[in-house]
Amino acid sequence: MPVELYRIDDRLIHGQVVVGWGQPMNAGFIALVDDLVASSDWERELYRMGVPPQMDLFFASVDDAPGQLGAWRADQRAGILLTGDIETMARLVSSADGITAVNLGGVHHRAGRIERLRYIYLSPAEAQVLRDLEAHGVAVTARDVPSARPVPLRELLDAGAKA
Amino acid sequence: MSSPDAGIVLGHGDIAAALVSAVELITGRGDRLIALTNAGLDNDQIDDLLRRTIESSGARVIFTDLAAGSCNMAACRLVRWRPDLIVVTGVNLPTLLQYVMHDGGGTDQAVSDAVQRGSGSLRVLQGRSRAG
Repeated sequence: MPVELYRIDDRLIHGQVVVGWGQPMNAGFIALVDDLVASSDWERELYRMGVPPQMDLFFASVDDAPGQLGAWRADQRAGILLTGDIETMARLVSSADGITAVNLGGVHHRAGRIERLRYIYLSPAEAQVLRDLEAHGVAVTARDVPSARPVPLRELLDAGAKA
Repeated sequence: MSSPDAGIVLGHGDIAAALVSAVELITGRGDRLIALTNAGLDNDQIDDLLRRTIESSGARVIFTDLAAGSCNMAACRLVRWRPDLIVVTGVNLPTLLQYVMHDGGGTDQAVSDAVQRGSGSLRVLQGRSRAG
């Protein structure tokens, strides 16, 4: 079973991921691609505490992730791949084949970002990275939880887009 | 408020404010708790909000709503730097009622009693058939 969800979420492991997506998907693992977390024993332990015991949690740096992607995709269980920001996902897409859809799950307010949805704020540079992803054949949609309507990137970048 | 007996309730959406409101309604001691939400915040911002509230309130106890949630992650992350803090996750109304009603005996005992009360409060109450 492939990795079913490639998600950008600056909260990383949290309720929407573990419960909101993980339970209906019957996810067997989460692959967390983040340089800071991958390099910290303490951060890894913290995030392990947040997942139920039947769910595996794999960690990888951005450089190491493409080499592990094959194993994650070969896993018989449904999986979620998480990055904490758009740049990390874009780096992963450029260095690994086969990522055809990306879910924007949570990019919160920071200076220089504009609100697109209540859970998505984007800087002009981040918006351009997402446009580039789509130009390379990756479908980008915003959707915080499975019951929400997926918002296509084109609509997301319209000034008045609201969930 | 600046007291180690103060408690912080940190949760998703409006749950913390609702719980503290209910504590105030039932006991008049809602001022012993501070309600915080993670709404609209990323991890760094939740960490910062919690750290500032701990510093300004002197609270030692953080109640969070969900073990897997970003609120609980933030609380656990803060404990790394402040091992004197106590984190209780899975908070419910009976837990908070017990906590605010605790007078004397210290914070550790108050937390222990609150967790015991809260964890024992979930019950299935099945109706009985009138027939037979």
